[in-house]
Amino acid sequence: MRGLGKYLLWVYTAMAMVFLLIPIVYTIIFSFNDARRTNIVWRGFTIDNWLDVCNAQDVCSSFANSILVAGVSTVLATAMGTAIAIALVRYRFRFRNATTLLLFLPMATPEVVLGAGLAAQFLQLGVQKGLSTIIIAHTMFCISFVVVTVRARVAVLDPALEEAGRDLYGSPSQVFWRVTFPLLIPGITAAALLSFALSFDDFIITNFNAGPAMTFPRFVYTAAARGIPAEANVIASGVFFAAIALVLIAQVSGAIKRKRLALAG
Amino acid sequence: MASEASAKQFAEAGADLSLVSVTKRFPGFTAIDDLTLEIPAGSFFALLGPSGCGKTTTLRLVAGLEEPTEGQILIGGKDVTATKAYQRPVNTVFQSYALFPHMSILENVMFGLKRRKIADAEQLARDALALVELAHVATRKPSQLSGGQQQRVALARAVVNRPALLLLDEPLGALDLKLRRQMQLELKDIQSEVGLTFLHVTHDQEEAMTMADTVAVMNQGRIEQMGAPEDLYESPQTAFVATFLGQSNLFGGDVTGSTASVVTVKASGYELRVPADRAVAHRGVVTVGIRPEKVTLHQAKPSTGADETVVGPGRVVDASFSGVSTQYLVDVPRLGEITVFAQNTSLGEHAKHGDEVYLSWKVAHAFGLADAPPQEERFQADTNTASVAVQEREKLEAELEES
Amino acid sequence: MAFGAFQSAAPAGTGAPVTQVQKKSPVALWLLLPGILYLILFFVTPLFSLVLTSFQSPVPGGFLGEFQTAFRWENYVDVVSTYFSHIGRSFVYATLATIFALLLGYPIAYVIGVKLRAYPLLQALALVLLIAPFFISFLLRTLAWKQIFSDEGFVVGALKTLQLIPSDAYLTGTPFSVVFGLTYMFLPFMALPIYTTLERLDLRYVEAGGDLYANPFTVFRTVTFPLSIPGVISGTLLTFIPATGDYINASRDFLGSTDTAMMGNVIEANFLVLQNFPAAAALSLILMMSILILVSAYVRRSGTDDLL
Repeated sequence: MRGLGKYLLWVYTAMAMVFLLIPIVYTIIFSFNDARRTNIVWRGFTIDNWLDVCNAQDVCSSFANSILVAGVSTVLATAMGTAIAIALVRYRFRFRNATTLLLFLPMATPEVVLGAGLAAQFLQLGVQKGLSTIIIAHTMFCISFVVVTVRARVAVLDPALEEAGRDLYGSPSQVFWRVTFPLLIPGITAAALLSFALSFDDFIITNFNAGPAMTFPRFVYTAAARGIPAEANVIASGVFFAAIALVLIAQVSGAIKRKRLALAG
Repeated sequence: MASEASAKQFAEAGADLSLVSVTKRFPGFTAIDDLTLEIPAGSFFALLGPSGCGKTTTLRLVAGLEEPTEGQILIGGKDVTATKAYQRPVNTVFQSYALFPHMSILENVMFGLKRRKIADAEQLARDALALVELAHVATRKPSQLSGGQQQRVALARAVVNRPALLLLDEPLGALDLKLRRQMQLELKDIQSEVGLTFLHVTHDQEEAMTMADTVAVMNQGRIEQMGAPEDLYESPQTAFVATFLGQSNLFGGDVTGSTASVVTVKASGYELRVPADRAVAHRGVVTVGIRPEKVTLHQAKPSTGADETVVGPGRVVDASFSGVSTQYLVDVPRLGEITVFAQNTSLGEHAKHGDEVYLSWKVAHAFGLADAPPQEERFQADTNTASVAVQEREKLEAELEES
Repeated sequence: MAFGAFQSAAPAGTGAPVTQVQKKSPVALWLLLPGILYLILFFVTPLFSLVLTSFQSPVPGGFLGEFQTAFRWENYVDVVSTYFSHIGRSFVYATLATIFALLLGYPIAYVIGVKLRAYPLLQALALVLLIAPFFISFLLRTLAWKQIFSDEGFVVGALKTLQLIPSDAYLTGTPFSVVFGLTYMFLPFMALPIYTTLERLDLRYVEAGGDLYANPFTVFRTVTFPLSIPGVISGTLLTFIPATGDYINASRDFLGSTDTAMMGNVIEANFLVLQNFPAAAALSLILMMSILILVSAYVRRSGTDDLL
């Protein structure tokens, strides 16, 4: 009886993992569908969609917009967020609780509220909605996530390392750039990737603040009513494979590095 | 600027260090209280004390990692109190080694040289690594080295800069016994070879005594006694030093007589004599102390001369064989439990639990203290800085509540 | 929080937070200023805009979408009475989705974080699979479910053949499909924080429990689960909060229908289509207030340190 119980957990978990993957597999499969306008019924296998991705209207332009928006927001959010994370861990200042709350709230607020709020503000100021307003919005909600990620890294940074830097004649800026920053790079990179992913896939906040501008998620949503072209599946699958490849490379190279360190030492 | 220039001209030999009335206060407690200290150039100086006594804080003040609340710090006669860590000709070997994980060993050792723009940094670094016999790991990363190797790299990284003063913060704490012994000898060798002034901070009294020329025992932010290891050990001047440095048997009593050569103290019915020049006080309440290894155990009442003190009879309460010696605990009525270390010079002949024995020691070996022995608690109180701060705060809060 | 799972490089320390001695310095101000100002400008002020908008009244004789500043608190009354069922539905669906996500997510987190520690390669792979959904647009994933659950699809067909559902039943556009979609969408958000906490769990506590005569289930109940509670709370908040405001799943084009519309749907409709900005603002604020009450209850118990 105990043997059965032991397997139950694994079976349950395997089923849950399959559950997670079903729509992904479905989306990828249907990127190969020989669909006309609507990609609902399976017609036949073709790689035409992959070869001619930009054939469907707006698919590629919206994808390019998403990349642009994600790129700019990531740079801005990562820069501002990293600075805040360092300040939070390494410095004493007043209004610490208020600052922490201010950083936490965007993560706790439903996207509808964030989106509607910004849209209302733009409306009142008479600002034209477009790509720039989307970038402003994305940067805003990415900052908190960057702070969380980088803060975790700064917290485990041994202060003795920076003290050693100072002890060994490093001026404050030398200590920062030669000791602190290189050790923070993995955390900053992770934060940047997270920010990019959040921005790229964002729909709700974007929808409220886009005006006429089209990002990829927005394209999918507006096309949902009439039928999403298979090319959209191609883009999504392409992004998926690229991301998985990146993660696998990171994990594998990390494992190889660890193995090399263990052997050589 | 003068301070940067002094960091550039490095000592070919060490410089002396002066702390003048240095006080360091943290929110809630005082770590160092009016400390004045002089360390001559070229010496190996050990700052010894329990956790929380302020020795690490003293080190950080000298390194420039903290600023004193009051007082001055002088290196080689120059006042460096206001200079920053990177401007001082001082280097530290950290307790955790603090080797930069993202740089190779060679880059670690070159770090200080490059910041000071010293020519030929790479060759100097390689020489330093050769000094600690680690030239072959120059391209590895710190995580690939063992604890002992990391410690040697940390030493090389500091020494290569030829600082006027080298600070060592409990550097041998994480090493096992054999390795620690080895490193102690190596450190002594390097120090005399290179001629630097070493300031070594430790809570391990054996380490301090074997390595240092001068030892200062620190307690609660103050120096209790300072001098050569042997002087400190054989002639302690406070109860703290007597009990922290090795063990002591202490007996308190009133002085019943005092001559030019001897002070007599009546303790619990026994007349104990102390040479006058080995007693801190000659009047009032004096604590007589004798080191356990100076006490001889006798199975029968010994016939003794005037230069010896005999106590007993007592019962052996505990006998622990520890290889080199046997440690006895003898309960003598009215005097209490006396510790005796008897070197195992022969096979087999040991007193056993329950035996009735007599104890004797030479009067010349006894010492006299003015203060009472500290209360022995069953479990030692927490003495790390963080808990000391917490305890102080709780005391304050309790006082506030009562008032 | 959750996102530590994304970091795969070796840490620059032992992995456990090191006690930091915090300096007091003007540098802190320069580090904080850009980000904090940005957030005040684009997070705090929009909220005020929202409050102002929620009290606006229509310009008499004005066109659609034209409002003027006023103090029309009746907006809130109107909105609650009109959309009462939507508000209720949002919280019910979100609660159900959170519960299901917890039931599904905890075992996943446990298996990956605890059981797979002995097989690091498998653990890395499983983790990649867990975060893989983040890499495909959630819109497309939701649509995939819609098509899987559609009347022509395999699932409905099979259920009908097995006579588990009546022949005229449908799965899409029902509360079932909306809650299903919500659970699916937020499952990784629930599993990841729990995983992060369980991954750090010192198994020696579990061993100590066993050493002290507790059977495996009791050890889980008294040792493992309580120690994982911070992760559970993180995951719950990360799931419940966005779920209440979600409108994709409940949208007609995806897994919902007009009968399953949630608060998010009506906010969107009012803002972007009906141009009834005050109504949309009022609803948004009602949603935000309810969430804040929940979060502040949590914060009062655990303080702000753990928030980030």
